[in-house]
Amino acid sequence: MSDSTIDPRSLRTPPRRPLRLSWSDERVRGIVWQVLVVGLVGSIVWWLWSNTVHNLEVRRIATGFGFLTREAGLPIAEHVIDYSPTDTYFRALMVGLLNTLKVAIVGIILATILGTLIGIARLSKNWLLAKLAAVYVEVIRDLPLLLQLLFWYAILQGLPGPRQAIHPMEGVFLSNRGLKLPWIEWQDGHSYALLMLILGAVATWLYRRQALARQMRDGRPRPVWPVGLGLTLGLPLVVWAAAGAPWTVDWPALRGFNFQGGLNVSPEYFALLLGLVLYTAGFIAEIVRAGIQAVALGQWEAAQALGLRSGQVLKLIVLPQALRVIIPPMTSQYLNITKNSSLAVAIGYQDIVSIANTTLNQTGQAIEGIAIIMLVYLTISLSISLFMNWYNARIALVER
Amino acid sequence: MSDLTLNTPAAASPEAVSRSAPLSQVGLLGWARANLFSGWLNTAVTLVLAYLLIRWIVGFAEWGIVNAIWSVPDNQTQACRDLKGTGACWAVIAEKHRFILFGTYPFEEHWRPALCVLLFIGLYVVSAMRRFWRPVLGLIWAVVLTLIGVLMWGGVAGLSYVPQERWGGLVITLILATFGLAFAFPLAILVALGRRSKLPAIKALCVLYVELIRGVPLISLLFMASVMFPLFLPEGMNIDKLLRAQIAIILFAGAYLAEVVRGGLQALPKGQYEAADALGLSYWQKTGFIILPQALRMVIPPLVNTFIGFFKDTSLVLIIGIFDLLTAGKTAIIEPAWQGFGIEVYITVGAIYFVFCFAMSKYSQNLEAELNRHRRR
Repeated sequence: MSDSTIDPRSLRTPPRRPLRLSWSDERVRGIVWQVLVVGLVGSIVWWLWSNTVHNLEVRRIATGFGFLTREAGLPIAEHVIDYSPTDTYFRALMVGLLNTLKVAIVGIILATILGTLIGIARLSKNWLLAKLAAVYVEVIRDLPLLLQLLFWYAILQGLPGPRQAIHPMEGVFLSNRGLKLPWIEWQDGHSYALLMLILGAVATWLYRRQALARQMRDGRPRPVWPVGLGLTLGLPLVVWAAAGAPWTVDWPALRGFNFQGGLNVSPEYFALLLGLVLYTAGFIAEIVRAGIQAVALGQWEAAQALGLRSGQVLKLIVLPQALRVIIPPMTSQYLNITKNSSLAVAIGYQDIVSIANTTLNQTGQAIEGIAIIMLVYLTISLSISLFMNWYNARIALVER
Repeated sequence: MSDLTLNTPAAASPEAVSRSAPLSQVGLLGWARANLFSGWLNTAVTLVLAYLLIRWIVGFAEWGIVNAIWSVPDNQTQACRDLKGTGACWAVIAEKHRFILFGTYPFEEHWRPALCVLLFIGLYVVSAMRRFWRPVLGLIWAVVLTLIGVLMWGGVAGLSYVPQERWGGLVITLILATFGLAFAFPLAILVALGRRSKLPAIKALCVLYVELIRGVPLISLLFMASVMFPLFLPEGMNIDKLLRAQIAIILFAGAYLAEVVRGGLQALPKGQYEAADALGLSYWQKTGFIILPQALRMVIPPLVNTFIGFFKDTSLVLIIGIFDLLTAGKTAIIEPAWQGFGIEVYITVGAIYFVFCFAMSKYSQNLEAELNRHRRR
């Protein structure tokens, strides 16, 4: 076979016939269909576009993104970066984007934890726990998210004022102004420690890779956990202590009619986060349950028969198989959280959609405003899908 | 296994201790022992959960039933406010339920949207019955939807004309969901077929459409429909707001449904396609007679799940100010006398959404079990 000079592929594919100009030729039909459909869609788009250009001329709206450098003059209550109404529209939109990311990232982490717990609870041998988890999943998934957000926001607004705030433990206040938590005063030492934490995590990852490679060579397992712990926790601790161990807790306290100090979680952010996390956790719970159930019982038994400890069974046998089922639907849930965070506009949390909407109302730049919203979400969606696809490919079953 | 090793020495020893009878495995007690109290951890979890559950139920009953106020004389809500949150004010529902259900539709004509809601429910029930899964179902849909249009607009057969701006409440939610579905589903099938097509230009168009729509939130499409759509049309041509929102919802649902249908097309064994080709069927014959009937049947459960999501998503029209069920509920408590009773209204509106979604979800679960019966051993 190897010394044969004929390319085996040429034996399988029939030789290419010349194109006949006849309706009975499949390729001719294909070309005609495509020309028809593309022509139809193209002419509709062209018609809409020419209308738009005409309408813009009539209404004397100048297109373009020049408005981005103008002064915004719109107040934003919550901002991660410095912002004042005299800043430009561009900066206002950046603040909105960061607000979206703030709620989406925290939401994804919390929903994953809560959803996994509920999903496992549904499989519990305890009848009461399993039933409660099932009822939770059923009820939360059958109510519109927007309704849930409005409901939580109504409850938060119905809370007593700061003077009668609910005070479950030292330094925690829940009132109609939001949630107040104690927070450490951020100093340089903390930034260095955080930097070390990131470096330590990277170093641990590199060490683990090398340890696994060595184990593959000589079969002796290398300790990863102690080294990893030392790198990720010990290193930041040492740096923090070297910086003088700064530690000042900022306690919130009632002064006059409102609280001073501490970390403030606004009612809008709190309601949005609560709604998103509770809603998405219901869906994640079902995904996790399906993933665990997808691993056949024989796999558990076979792993135990090999003498693996129960932690090893979970880590080496069950999780790798369950994750393969879990990851793709989980990706779409993460995308959903990000897209659903746009419902913030209904309860007055100023995310990118809310600020872009105000911008387009103030400037009249409807097309640019909506283009910005779509561009932002497409970018976020594509990045999450790319990352999750990469992760999925890494853990996927390697077949022939 | 472990029991055996533990018991063996005892049984083998000459002075075998008498053991108590094994614990009951049957009956209520046996069931409770196995499922609720099978170990100290399990018992602790059960007790804590039972305590929380009972406390929560008692608290809710006190708030919702014992301390609740069911009606107040002409908008005198002071009695409700005096409760200071210890009891529900169901009087807001007693006062506003007509508004929540029918919006600003003329009061003496409320029987018309009410009849429409019943027609919609009847339509769903008929569509759910397998004996109606025949071409005649399309005819039923066309007739019922026309009838609903006539009832809502009026202007014929002695019914007074009611402009679209005055429609509102539950019927708008049902109209958005049902008409959205009726148009999005055929669109989804075409797009799904297009995405599987061998023709590169058609495939590229379908991929672009699906990925663009699925990458952005529904709100941005609704904003587009409400602020950008008027710019797209020639001068003097106007489409009312409800129809614009409906178009946005159709485009949105079409993309998601297309992905579900594509899943069915991919799951169909290749032999079915090849057998149809071998019989000499044309592309449309192959698709209509062989591929789609099998592929769609396979994806009915995920389709119903998509319908549920889509029914819930119609509530997003609140953001562009269309008067659906949720908007009506939110507007009902704007009046100063009724401000602050949002929780009662949202619970009521939520119950209505829940009934529809729960029915669909149970139906989908039953159907899945039924369709998979041949796979079970």
